[in-house]
Amino acid sequence: MSLENRIAEIIVSRLNVKPEEVTDSANLKDDLGADSLDMVDLMMDLEDTFNLKISDEEGNNLQTVGSVVVFLKTKGIEA
Amino acid sequence: MSLNATAVVTGAARGIGLEIAGKLISDGWTVAALDMLGDDLKKSAEVLGENYRPYTVNITDSKQLAEVAVEVGNDLPTVKGIVNNAGVTRDALMMRMSEDQWNLVIDVNLTGAWKVTQAFMRSLIRAREGSIVSISSVVGLIGAAGQTNYAASKAGLIGMSKSLNRELAGRGIRVNVVAPGFIETEMTQKLSDEVRGDYLSKIPAARLGLPVEIAEAVAFLMSPSAKYITGIVLPVDGGLTT
Repeated sequence: MSLENRIAEIIVSRLNVKPEEVTDSANLKDDLGADSLDMVDLMMDLEDTFNLKISDEEGNNLQTVGSVVVFLKTKGIEA
Repeated sequence: MSLNATAVVTGAARGIGLEIAGKLISDGWTVAALDMLGDDLKKSAEVLGENYRPYTVNITDSKQLAEVAVEVGNDLPTVKGIVNNAGVTRDALMMRMSEDQWNLVIDVNLTGAWKVTQAFMRSLIRAREGSIVSISSVVGLIGAAGQTNYAASKAGLIGMSKSLNRELAGRGIRVNVVAPGFIETEMTQKLSDEVRGDYLSKIPAARLGLPVEIAEAVAFLMSPSAKYITGIVLPVDGGLTT
C-alpha cells in the first residue's frame, strides 16, 4: 500500500470521514472536522504506525492531508 | 448481563477498591484490577471469579503501567471505565513531615491517577464513550491536621478531574469524583475510642460509612443512569461536609 493510502486509511478511521473526502488539499480541521483532541489522537496514531516522534510544533504545522504526506516523507518514510 | 466493557480499578486488591470491583462486576463490567499487592489480588480473584482480572503493578512506574495497558488492551473487552482508587497515607504534622512523606503521597494518589488515566484514556476516546471516577476524600474538601500531603493529593484529583472533564465531555466521556467521608476500613478500625467519638460527633448521620456505600456511588457514576452527570464531586459522607 502506498504511503498516501496508508495515511488516508488512518484519517478515514479516526475522523469518521469518507475516503473520497481525504484529498491532498483537504484541511484536517476545516474540511474533515478534526478538533484538537482528534488532532492529538491522529498524531499519536501516526507515531505508532510509522514508529516516529512528532513534536507539538511539527504537529501544529500539519494542516492538510498533503502536508502529512510531505512531513512523513521528509522523515524518511516511504511506505 | 455482561456489558462487554472493561473498567480499570486501581487499588482493587482490598478495601474500598475491592468493594468497587465487586459492585462493578455485578453490574456487568469486566474489571482490570490493578494493585501492588499481588497476594491479595490472587485471593480476591478466587472470590470474585473470572471477571476480576488481576494485574500486579506499581502505578507510579510508567513503564510497568504501559505494559499493563497493552496486556489489558489485548486480553480484555474495550476499556470504557477507569476508577482511580489507589491511595496511601503518610501522616505527620507539617512541621515534622519529611519531603519523602510528601512526595510518596503525591506520587501515588495524584500522579498515579494521572498516569493511569493517561495510560488508558485513548480507549475511551476511541470508543467515544466512557466514565472516569476518581476517589478523593472529604479531607480534600475540608482538610485534616496531619494530612497536608494527603489533602493536597485528594484536592488535586478534583482539579485534575474538572479539567479533564472539559477536555473529554464532548466525546461522551464523563469525569467525576467521589469524596468519601469517614469509612469503616482497616485504617479507621485502628482509631482510639476518643478519636472515633470525635469523628462521630461531627457526622450528622452519626455513624461511619461502609465501603459498599462508596462502591454504590461509584457504580452509579459509572452507569448509564448518570449519563448527564459529569464534572461533579459527590461527597458520600453522612452529611459531614454539608
